[in-house]
Amino acid sequence: MWSYEKRLQFPVNIKNPNAKLAQVIISQYGGPDGEMGASMRYLSQRYATPYREVAGVLTDIGTEELAHLEMVATIVHQLTRNLSMEEIKASGFAPYYTDHTVGIWPQAAGGIPFNACEFQSKGDVITDLFEDMAAEQKARTTYDNILRLIDDPDVCEPIKFLRQREIVHFQRFGETNREDCSIFSKR
Amino acid sequence: MANNCSEQNRMLRDISIIDFTLVELTEYLDTHPFDTQAMEYFNHYARIKNQMMQDFACRYYPLTTDTSTDRKEWNWVLSPMPWENVEDPYPLADSTPGRPCNNNSGRGGYR
Repeated sequence: MWSYEKRLQFPVNIKNPNAKLAQVIISQYGGPDGEMGASMRYLSQRYATPYREVAGVLTDIGTEELAHLEMVATIVHQLTRNLSMEEIKASGFAPYYTDHTVGIWPQAAGGIPFNACEFQSKGDVITDLFEDMAAEQKARTTYDNILRLIDDPDVCEPIKFLRQREIVHFQRFGETNREDCSIFSKR
Repeated sequence: MANNCSEQNRMLRDISIIDFTLVELTEYLDTHPFDTQAMEYFNHYARIKNQMMQDFACRYYPLTTDTSTDRKEWNWVLSPMPWENVEDPYPLADSTPGRPCNNNSGRGGYR
């Protein structure tokens, strides 16, 4: 069960549309290390762990990733609001515009559609947790790359927040994967 | 309305700050389930957030359906979606203006 809070986890208030930035940032919506893959990865892996604490971490981090998915979609939406046709043509946004107008659709920066093959659910808690730690670092690298490509502070601030969360989640997954997880109650 | 709007945004920002503390504590407690000090922090901030959510719903609009208040209209759906980024989000021009609830201390009550 889930419930919705009608607010963003971190505020997004972008004043200047910029379709070039939107095409880069959409990768964290539906790209190989994006928030859609992150949330589906953790929420799908939960059923295979015999440890309640691991299932709890996967549930709570997977839920937070859904909030991040909404933040990334908001950034892309606000960057593509009120674009003129001239801006769409000049910014290389025409291929996306042709298929989606300015709707939000999960794809990578290079235009590759979201695919469940971006993540694994292996049915082995150790295997899954190592994938999760790697996934957080890959997402952190992607946010680093995005931050090198942008300079609008309205966009940088929420991206910096999202980058920082990858580091905390890496830490939490590392703790669930530690040797003394034998203190956890086995179901 | 300008003052009302900035007060509304200030309350939303405060809710985000407190909720971020709760998200952090939740994930920490998931891997440290016997840390009683962290649990005390969690319970403290959870009470504050609950009060803030009630206050925000009374003054402006509900952020969750279960904090919806008694009004003439269903403002869960009339209030802005979080990606809208509008200057003067709510109340709408032709709807009941936001008003404080009778059953709480109102602004600053959670501090």
